[in-house]
Amino acid sequence: MKENVTDQTYRNPQERLEEQKKKDSPMQILLDGVLFQNPVFRLVLGTCPLLAITTSAKNAVSMGLAVIFVQMGSEVIISLLRKAIPDKVRIPAFITIIAGFVTIVQLLVSAYLPALNESLGIYIPLIVVNCIVLARAEAFASKKSVFASLVDGFGMGVGFFIALFLMGTVREILGNGTFFDLHIPLFGTVIEPMMFFILPPGGFFVFGICICFSQMFVKWMDKKRGKPLSPPPEAGHCEACGSCTACSGSEGTNV
Amino acid sequence: MKEMLIILFAAILVDNFVLSKFLGICSFLGVSKNLKTAMGMSGAVILVMVASSALTWPIQTFLLVPLHLDYLQTLVFILVIAALVQMIEMVMKKTMPPLYNALGIFLPLITTNCAVLGVAILNITKSYSFTDSLINALGGGLGYTLSLFLFSGVRSKVDKADVPEALKGLPITLIAASLVAVSFFGFKGLVENLFS
Repeated sequence: MKENVTDQTYRNPQERLEEQKKKDSPMQILLDGVLFQNPVFRLVLGTCPLLAITTSAKNAVSMGLAVIFVQMGSEVIISLLRKAIPDKVRIPAFITIIAGFVTIVQLLVSAYLPALNESLGIYIPLIVVNCIVLARAEAFASKKSVFASLVDGFGMGVGFFIALFLMGTVREILGNGTFFDLHIPLFGTVIEPMMFFILPPGGFFVFGICICFSQMFVKWMDKKRGKPLSPPPEAGHCEACGSCTACSGSEGTNV
Repeated sequence: MKEMLIILFAAILVDNFVLSKFLGICSFLGVSKNLKTAMGMSGAVILVMVASSALTWPIQTFLLVPLHLDYLQTLVFILVIAALVQMIEMVMKKTMPPLYNALGIFLPLITTNCAVLGVAILNITKSYSFTDSLINALGGGLGYTLSLFLFSGVRSKVDKADVPEALKGLPITLIAASLVAVSFFGFKGLVENLFS
């Protein structure tokens, strides 16, 4: 899991500047969010809703859309206010802004889609503590321009959406033999749907396999490009917990 | 009394917060690497869960509902929890230094732990009474502790095992978590049979 970090850290300044410029282009931010820095498969953030919601593709898609909205909205507002918010109270301020957007989603869903409200349940208000939203607010929106934050919010939201959709699809097809509630002919006759996949243990299992494939993909990319992508945070490392915004790494030094 | 025991054991074993409701997964994967940290984190989670339930329930019942402000639930709860955690940290630092040394570093992490906000909201959606809420929070915290305790034991073995290259690190950890979650399925139906 440990990758060679040294040659990344000790580059010459010129190269670093160019890299930085490339990093700031909207296309790169978008690609980072969706693929290279995918919040779920690469940064391992937001695992709670990911595992809880993906029992069906429909739930996964609706949750994904809600997160895209909250992520984009809160990143834009935080970026607009980044100079007005004092550094000391920035985390409570970010949380309040995020909670505002979550409340909007909550009210809209309960007014127009009561059935969805029922099936997503407490996981809608829990978007507030979704590590992705707060982590990106802290790491990106509080430092970058409004437009860049908007693009980052969209990219990260779509990255999360794709991950949810992927896992929801796999779990619904294998566990229930359906896709968006449509019955798949092969199941029930040739293969019996495996309940395991829509039960909680199946969530952990499918997620583990997904991470495994993403690690293989990263290795393959590295080989093709000849240089490593930015190293992923290690499981159990401070970065992987998403709460680092609140704890400033005290856990990492103490373990 | 029977009702309370049912809520308690349901929260610990059947609807385990981590393994069946998926609340607090981030910290579950984060601190399960060694037992000592795991126990420190669990202690802090139990404390904050019970304290925040004791605070959010009256706020919802006596403040938000009479004033028809219950749509502000999410916003108010998360701020109350954040403030509460900060207060507990300050009081503990001043009055109980040994306890602070054991749990203090985990307290700031807990504000963004979904299990804490989750239990506060669940108490309201399930329309529990005040005592039921406290018991639910205690059970949730104990359930978190139990799963963390078991999983950190499993994990110390898994980390030493020789697994295929692609599964090393997080994937095998998640598959191990899946197996621990399967073991908790043995408790399904336990509560109904025990107390009926």
